[in-house]
Amino acid sequence: MAATVYDNIASNKWRTVGVMTVFVAAVIALGYVFGVALRLTWLLPVAIIVAIVQSFSSYWWSDKVALAISGAHQIDKAQAPELYRLVENLCIASGLPMPRVYIIDDPSPNAFATGRNPQHAAVAVTTGLLAKLDKPELEGVLSHELSHIGNYDILLSSVVVVLVGFVVLLSDFFLRYPFWFGGGRRRDSGSGDSGQVGAILMLVGIVLALLSPLFAMLIQLAVSRRRELLADASGALLTRNPNELADALEKITADPQSMRRMNKATAHLWIASPLHDPEGKTRGWLTGLFDTHPDPAVRIARLREMAR
Amino acid sequence: MGLWIVIAIVVVLVAALIAVYNGLITRKNRVAEAASDIDVQLKRRYELIPNLVETVKGYATHERELFEKVAAERAGLLTGSTGERIQASNQLTETLKSLFAVAEAYPDLKANQNFLSLQAEITDTQDKIMAAQRFYNSNVRDFNTSIQVFPTNLIASSLGFSAFEFIEAAPAERANVEVKF
Repeated sequence: MAATVYDNIASNKWRTVGVMTVFVAAVIALGYVFGVALRLTWLLPVAIIVAIVQSFSSYWWSDKVALAISGAHQIDKAQAPELYRLVENLCIASGLPMPRVYIIDDPSPNAFATGRNPQHAAVAVTTGLLAKLDKPELEGVLSHELSHIGNYDILLSSVVVVLVGFVVLLSDFFLRYPFWFGGGRRRDSGSGDSGQVGAILMLVGIVLALLSPLFAMLIQLAVSRRRELLADASGALLTRNPNELADALEKITADPQSMRRMNKATAHLWIASPLHDPEGKTRGWLTGLFDTHPDPAVRIARLREMAR
Repeated sequence: MGLWIVIAIVVVLVAALIAVYNGLITRKNRVAEAASDIDVQLKRRYELIPNLVETVKGYATHERELFEKVAAERAGLLTGSTGERIQASNQLTETLKSLFAVAEAYPDLKANQNFLSLQAEITDTQDKIMAAQRFYNSNVRDFNTSIQVFPTNLIASSLGFSAFEFIEAAPAERANVEVKF
């Protein structure tokens, strides 16, 4: 049975919820193990606060930072009426407020959306995208970007970044804590039993501290890929024509040009990875785990399936 | 003890009923808001048409029949049900196509900046009407689903909620359009 657009949206939402739940549970467990191993009950709450404060600022100014890094300049309706009207019409169809529209001077076709909520959202497209795509394809790309805004993906990725930052912070703290030298000093002498448990926990803690940052980052990338597929599906629902976006993705991935101002920090924002790899040479299941975006062939195949 | 259990059950049931009722009202209001969004776009189209006709009249004086047809269909934008008004707008789009085709015969008109921007604007209002219609339909879909799922379907009609109809883009109305050369 072919999956409909609705099935896709529902399954993507549930998978995201599943991943987030496991992630949050794992983070709390990690904080607990470290806290017990180091006998620091305050570690968990303090680390949570530090990670939240650190990431809140990046979330609050997410749009300004991303737009400045990519060299985008804002346009009004008179400067690019066709683009502006397409965004306006998709906003009417989706019930979103009109975002700010930006153009990036870059011959590589690509686009991204940012902003902490629909009221503070911005959509940016490259000049290459405007030049190389026809109107329906452009509409497909814009519907994908507006879906990111409507699905609160900026908020979600900020939450994920908080969690990853938290794991990294905890692991770092654990490995740097001077328990190697003076850690035993605080223990009550004479409780050999708890000392043994402490040693086991310490060993578990070290293994976790070494491995968990890597796994946290892998989960972050998995969430990013999941949200791309979700935005594809909700974008297709918005235009009622999955083929528009599929055509656009084919053109974008086939384009040999890489982005001039490539930045790893913003790579996950774009509709297609700014690092172009048209032949898919470097793709395998292992490197696939480290990708910010799903395999374009998979995305296109899913969209074509919805169109049938 | 038994009394407390009965009271707890009643409280939970009443809370659930309030939540369901408020949820349905929210969704119903969204449908109403989406309907008024369509009206906003239809109104905008209604207001743009006279400017266009005046501009064309300045160059093409012999198209009286076409102007009358546009005027008659323009009136349809603000009368009748939302579905009828959208249908009127679709018909108007077809008539305007012949008006724009007429403009091709007048090089001065074709070069008129005012005409060109009006043409783009009016074509765009049709896209916006269709977009507003899609938004309306997706709100109707959400509302209808929420009153048809179990267990809300058991109480929805006694609370005074009934399903809305989708606004369909009827393919049949296209056949009614006469193409004149």
